Amino acid sequence: MKKIWAWGALLFGILYFTLPLVGMTNFSLKMRRGEYSFEAYARVFGDPRFQETFTYSVTQALFTIVFGVLLVVPTAYWIRLKLPGLRPYVEFVTLLPLVIPAIVIVFGYIRLYNTSSWLPLTGSAFGTNILLMFGYATLALPYMYRAVDTGLRTIDVATLTEAAQSLGAGWTTILARIILPNVLVAVLSGAFLTFAIVIGEFTMAALLNRPAFGPYMQLLGANRAYEPAALAVIAFGITWGCLGLIQLVSRFQKSAPPKA
Amino acid sequence: MSTAHISARSPARRLPLHWLGILPFAAFVTLFLILPTMKIVVGAFQTPDGSFTLDNIRGLFTPSILAAYWISIKISVASALLGCLAGFAISAAVVFGGLPKGIRGPLLTFSGVASNFAGVPLAFAFLATLGPVGIVNVFLRSELGIDLRALGFNILSFWGLTITYLFFQIPLMILIITPALDGLKREWREAASILGATGFQYWRMVAFPILLPSILGTLALLFANAFGAVATAIALTGSSLSIVPILLFAQIRGDVLGNPHLGYALAFGMIVVTGVANAIYIWLRARSERWLK
Repeated sequence: MKKIWAWGALLFGILYFTLPLVGMTNFSLKMRRGEYSFEAYARVFGDPRFQETFTYSVTQALFTIVFGVLLVVPTAYWIRLKLPGLRPYVEFVTLLPLVIPAIVIVFGYIRLYNTSSWLPLTGSAFGTNILLMFGYATLALPYMYRAVDTGLRTIDVATLTEAAQSLGAGWTTILARIILPNVLVAVLSGAFLTFAIVIGEFTMAALLNRPAFGPYMQLLGANRAYEPAALAVIAFGITWGCLGLIQLVSRFQKSAPPKA
Repeated sequence: MSTAHISARSPARRLPLHWLGILPFAAFVTLFLILPTMKIVVGAFQTPDGSFTLDNIRGLFTPSILAAYWISIKISVASALLGCLAGFAISAAVVFGGLPKGIRGPLLTFSGVASNFAGVPLAFAFLATLGPVGIVNVFLRSELGIDLRALGFNILSFWGLTITYLFFQIPLMILIITPALDGLKREWREAASILGATGFQYWRMVAFPILLPSILGTLALLFANAFGAVATAIALTGSSLSIVPILLFAQIRGDVLGNPHLGYALAFGMIVVTGVANAIYIWLRARSERWLK
């Protein structure tokens, strides 16, 4: 009796989650009448707008990751080492982007950094790119901070620092050559998740008018039939790839794998 | 802040420098998280020339905006409730249901992926499945002669959006509730059955009260999650369904409400709703951690 019920719940789950995946894959292959083909994929990959926006979003993702690591690793390290009393407060702040919807944050950016403000970031394409990158870093902050902080918990920060200092290392050396390699798995987890978030992000890029992959997908979805399904398959593949890589690198860490 | 945490080995003269270490982080969150949000909150209570007013908030209580909030809240509640229910059932099936042990790992991995598969592509996947020429519709029509559209189902509707949101709601529930279910100790069940409790009594009087804070907390989290979702809704419905995030999106793009400060108030309302939901989550989570250590 209990088993029947359990299998029932599982079967429902499998059905609900596979149908959309089957649906989009099936649809993406039907561009030519009466036969299965990769026509929709060929169209998508051949579209110069796809290449431009995808490259743009990948570049944004990479810069966001570099910026995020440079911001989060030293901060999390410093707080563990010198200011443990601040930890709950910093943790609370890093969770705020989960509470405040992205659309509200970007609305604030548009009003705060417009051309007539003290820091007119939206005035130029370059400035807007920077602003968007900061926005992405904000969105990724909860995941990045938690991953790095969990990673730092598994190592003895104080002892490592003292040992390095007694050998004459400065702060940069300690961070780059002692701390970073020790939390590399956690940093990579955070980085892959950041990549997955940035690559398909729609709201911020659309409202800041940047040619990113998310708005491109939305535009294509409003005008075409088969290509969006192909894009959905590609996007799902990217998400799966990023999360798969997290699993893979987590396996290298022997104790307490970081929670993504 | 107390200074008790400063250990003896750090020389006192370096004390102020400690605070410099978090300066970049503090500057970043102030400029790109706190100030933008404050700008919206303050703007919600200002007239265009900068003086204090409650008119913008009052402006929210017009039929069209209230309707937008109402349908947003309905979708969020429905998808949170159904997500909790389905996620709990699947999770319980895997943890207690006697299913093969090999299912658990792949289920959690898949949940991690699916809970991150939101936004525009998710809308495409559901259009290809439940849309007018989607796989389910085509199958039902050609094989069973059932026309979902004739029965009144439309993906660009309350139920269409709710079913789509479940794709990231259920996995999130599974990810959060599975550790909680693992935390239910075998001894509690044994103790209950020694005292003569039936399986149902054990669930009703022991397991369920312990799990309740986790479940309600996750419910609040799922609610906030659905309430703030913009991309899926826009890609799925265009602007045909007037929910708060879509309305705000249109307002930021082109001031459709005809009053910029009403936009601030709209955004402020969103912060209040998600803020309250998250406060409930944090509070209940702290309570549940008392039992599930």
